[in-house]
Amino acid sequence: MAKMGRQSWTLNNAVYIEETGTSVGPKEGKGPLGSSFDKSYENLYCGEDNWEMAERKLLQDSIQVTLEKAGLKPQHIDMFIAGDLLNQNVSANYTARDMDMSYLGMFGACSTSMETLAIASQLVDAGAADRILTAVSSHNATAERQFRFPTEYGNQKPETATSTATGAGCALVSREKSKIRIEGATIGKVVDFGATNAFDLGSAMVPAAHDTIKRHLSDFGRTPADYDLIVTGDLSSVGSPILKDMLRSDGINIDAVHKDCGNLLYTSDQGMLAGGSGTACSAIVTYGHLLDEMKKGTYKRILVTATGALMSPTVIRQKESIPAIAHSVVLVREEG
Amino acid sequence: MDSKFKKENYNKTAKSYYPKVPLFRNCLKAFLVGGFICLIGELLTKFYMQVFDMSQQEAGTPTVTTLILLSALLTGIGVYDRIAQFAGAGTAVPVTGFANSITSAALEFKSEGYVLGIGGNMFKLAGSVIVFGVTSAYIVGIIRYVFNQLVGG
Amino acid sequence: MDFFWAFVIGGLICVVGQLLLDVAKMDAGHVMSTFVVAGCVLDGFDLYDNLISFAGAGATVPITSFGHSLLHGAMEQADKHGFWGIALGMFQLTSAGIAAAILFGFLVAVFFKPKG
Repeated sequence: MAKMGRQSWTLNNAVYIEETGTSVGPKEGKGPLGSSFDKSYENLYCGEDNWEMAERKLLQDSIQVTLEKAGLKPQHIDMFIAGDLLNQNVSANYTARDMDMSYLGMFGACSTSMETLAIASQLVDAGAADRILTAVSSHNATAERQFRFPTEYGNQKPETATSTATGAGCALVSREKSKIRIEGATIGKVVDFGATNAFDLGSAMVPAAHDTIKRHLSDFGRTPADYDLIVTGDLSSVGSPILKDMLRSDGINIDAVHKDCGNLLYTSDQGMLAGGSGTACSAIVTYGHLLDEMKKGTYKRILVTATGALMSPTVIRQKESIPAIAHSVVLVREEG
Repeated sequence: MDSKFKKENYNKTAKSYYPKVPLFRNCLKAFLVGGFICLIGELLTKFYMQVFDMSQQEAGTPTVTTLILLSALLTGIGVYDRIAQFAGAGTAVPVTGFANSITSAALEFKSEGYVLGIGGNMFKLAGSVIVFGVTSAYIVGIIRYVFNQLVGG
Repeated sequence: MDFFWAFVIGGLICVVGQLLLDVAKMDAGHVMSTFVVAGCVLDGFDLYDNLISFAGAGATVPITSFGHSLLHGAMEQADKHGFWGIALGMFQLTSAGIAAAILFGFLVAVFFKPKG
């Protein structure tokens, strides 16, 4: 490992995303990226009895698919690092219950995808583990129920609201050579600019994304031109233009290379308001769609900045503002 | 960094990026759907008055009961929240919105059991309506009562 | 004509609710609570009954009528039984609605599942 600046690192050894797996709900499967997901369900229950079990099913699927594609058995894996949006990380914890391997649960709200990937790559680089599975999940109905209202409650959502993605994404991190190498990461700080509107998490997370991307470029001594794509997690159609303007006012122009996972996941006629969000959003878009594009050669080097809003409904009702965090991981296409 | 992106100005700046709330369109939709629900209420009242020979006040009970039944069923088949995304206050303000808030909470917590799930959470959203209704009725009632005693005697 | 005014007055009360949602940025729970208190206060000045005789279901279907009915039942019993009639009569007119909402809410929850 080599420390870069104050918040970043590069890996000393070549560490790869050996394989990935994704499993998604009906809206994601019917969306523009539908064909890039390994498994998709027609029904939000995914064949289970309740929403929480459905989310665990998605998480288990993504892991199973990853192992199958890699031709591996659970005993070949040293460690499982996972997280989700629910209280006490139950989806990840209960999935780990059946996995019989070392487990680290992580919570970074919707930034957990890159949080787990960064830590896993670091542990593999250091030789603490040979193969690590990282996985995250979210489910529209479990999130609605925990953070907002019962799913059948007639509440008119404003157009700034995002829709929690239903799905799970898993990445297997190891030193087995593959087409996707993990180059390094920038770990974000918690940033709170005083946003209070829980129906606009996109703009609440922009200052965190701005801070991490700016820090990343300075720590790595790079400019946006060094990347074929800088992709944010779920800043939505409201937050994305704010991020671009905010970075431009610092002399950093990402207009040509920026995309947002939440805006890629659905088409505008799917009624998803400002776009997708949730822990699964950045995970399924990155592990499904973006890695496919990298393997095809569309992108050579990308920066994935997953953004998370770290509030709970209780503290929001107590008039607290919404703190946010963003973590970046650099992925590079390996030739040959 | 541009001062409009500084922490103290950020909330105001972020709001300038919001899509404009289609106020007129939202109000029109609320008017049409809300008015339509009241129209059904009026039709039901007239129906009960004619068929069961009730007075207007007597017909109020079966009317409200029917509306609540319809709302609960629409919530059960997963339609009420779709209409509400379109209609906003048009479905929240009528008594059907009250029934929706009770039914949706009951449905959602069914997975936690009948007693602690459905029973314990049914009034999660509707409770505030009853609490503020009763409290204000008590206060206004006492004022009216005292006033009547002093003036009307 | 009854139908026309039921539609228009009921619709207009909902428009006020929409303005509270979109302009005052209240959530639906706050709007409903505010309306119940408003209905109760209007009845305190004997205004709500005029609205009902004019608009029929246009005034009885919106949740404002819940506040009106709470106070109305309370005052009716207060006339008969004195001070404690307020407590006694509060749910006299409103119980049908609450009982129906509990019963149907429960039954629907037993026979259906949330669709998400």
